[in-house]
Amino acid sequence: MFSKLGLKAALLSLLIFLIFIGTWSLATYHKEGPAVSAADAEYAAMMGKGAGKTGGFPPPGEVGTAFVTYLSDPFFDKGPNDKGIGIQLAHSLWRVGLGFFLAVIVAIPLGFAIGMSPLLFRALNPFIQILKPISPLAWMPLALYSLKDSDVSGIFVIFICSLWPMLINTAFGVAAVRRDWINVARTLEVKPLRKAFQVILPAAAPTILTGMRISMGIAWLVIVAAEMLVGGTGIGYFVWNEWNNLALPNVIFAVAMIGLVGMVLDQLFGSLQKLVTYRE
Amino acid sequence: MTQHFLSVEGLQKVYPAADGKQNPPVFDNIHFGIERGEFVCIIGHSGCGKTTILNVLAGLEEASSGVVIMDGREVKGPSLDRGVVFQSHALMPWMTVLGNVAFAAKSRWPEWSKARIDEHCTTYLEMVGLGHAIHKKPAELSGGMKQRVGIARAFAIEPKMLLLDEPFGALDALTRGTIQDELLKIVQATGQTVFMITHDVDEAILLADKVILMSNGPHAKIAEIVEITMPRNRTRAEMHHDPQFYRIRNHLVDFLVNRSKGYAGSDAAVLHDARHPPVVRPGLAPDEPPPSDSTRPILKQVVNQ
Repeated sequence: MFSKLGLKAALLSLLIFLIFIGTWSLATYHKEGPAVSAADAEYAAMMGKGAGKTGGFPPPGEVGTAFVTYLSDPFFDKGPNDKGIGIQLAHSLWRVGLGFFLAVIVAIPLGFAIGMSPLLFRALNPFIQILKPISPLAWMPLALYSLKDSDVSGIFVIFICSLWPMLINTAFGVAAVRRDWINVARTLEVKPLRKAFQVILPAAAPTILTGMRISMGIAWLVIVAAEMLVGGTGIGYFVWNEWNNLALPNVIFAVAMIGLVGMVLDQLFGSLQKLVTYRE
Repeated sequence: MTQHFLSVEGLQKVYPAADGKQNPPVFDNIHFGIERGEFVCIIGHSGCGKTTILNVLAGLEEASSGVVIMDGREVKGPSLDRGVVFQSHALMPWMTVLGNVAFAAKSRWPEWSKARIDEHCTTYLEMVGLGHAIHKKPAELSGGMKQRVGIARAFAIEPKMLLLDEPFGALDALTRGTIQDELLKIVQATGQTVFMITHDVDEAILLADKVILMSNGPHAKIAEIVEITMPRNRTRAEMHHDPQFYRIRNHLVDFLVNRSKGYAGSDAAVLHDARHPPVVRPGLAPDEPPPSDSTRPILKQVVNQ
């Protein structure tokens, strides 16, 4: 199955990974020796006896142990501050999914309307241009104040950050549908709803899906930050919690999981995109 | 005035200039009629507004003034009564060949079952020689095959009239010839009324009953209407053996090369009666001048009195 180029690339990837692990091992090795740097000694004095437990930046072995422990039992639940990685990721995915879904419901019809109507486009454009560059986390205080629920606020932040790329891409895709196809629909006296679903939607689908893919990417970036703020559950909270525990191997493990899930989400939308892309 | 199947009266189109000033009209005072079952080609240089006239007939564009009446009703907006074949085939790439034609048929007969639609469309696709490719996507087809699908789509809605906007313009000569033959066969079999834009003089002679010659724009006019007097059962292979062929061809080429440019200031333009553009039959009268341009209007006046 593997082409020659593919095999070479895989070997090179493996080599890069091994060099990375090797460098990491070497860089963290000497920390296990008895000699402590001046800064470390000072830090230890400051932190009291507790600091003695942490041996600086964790070597690959410790992180590997964290991987094994967490992945062997991903769904345990031992109280609010001690849940399995599966449960934490499920919480994050649930928030992202719900916020993203709500954004789809708003952005696609609204984007359709904006794309079809030059008047609406001009009228709404200033609002979109101002609202789009606002960091979604800047909405957090307003969301917390008006929604009065940290979980709902998290979902709102995902909603607001997913909205813009989808809205803009939908509007752009709908506005850019080939004139010829619209003219065909016109000469066939196609009813507006049928035209929307059978001509404009399939014609604009690749652009819309690109917007959704960008939105999902941003949503996954934002959820970690949002959960660090609102706390309680989720992968972002897990990272923050393990940092407070000074359990760096767990933090590294969580960071790797965030990357992995983000990649899977992106590939999911990538294959959806392939599904609706047409060749002319 | 006799009632034509389609009559175009006093058509004019002015496009607004970029700086807000008025442009001169692309064409003005265009009058012509098409009878039921007639095949009419329109020839003229780029910029004389051929495509605009076709779009007005299709209802896709509005004329600045003038009316188009088809079958006793004014043309206002697009309608299933007029099938259009676009220059760029305009197939929807996400649908199969059959899907494209079925989309049109479903618009015409929404109450038909899927099986009936598919059967109906397959008949038309077989007519253009694409029976084997109905489940392919347009991207898998050659340019000529795509244009055939466009033709099948326009025929499948069984319109009262067919409008073709330079349908073979983008095809190579060989493919073009084959599809011309097919179109000729279908039109002869169905008695379809057709209005077609072309740049190809031979194509016009092969297909048309009448050729409308447009002078150059702006202020483009119908300089004359050439009747193709060769027998209707002509074929591409035999056509050039007919002595009429070269007379007609020379007349058309002469117009395009020499007369269309200088038309605006010529005697013909001064004597021009936009409502009754001169009708010429170069195929029948090789050595005499074509039936005098002035006879028709004068005759008309006598009759009217």
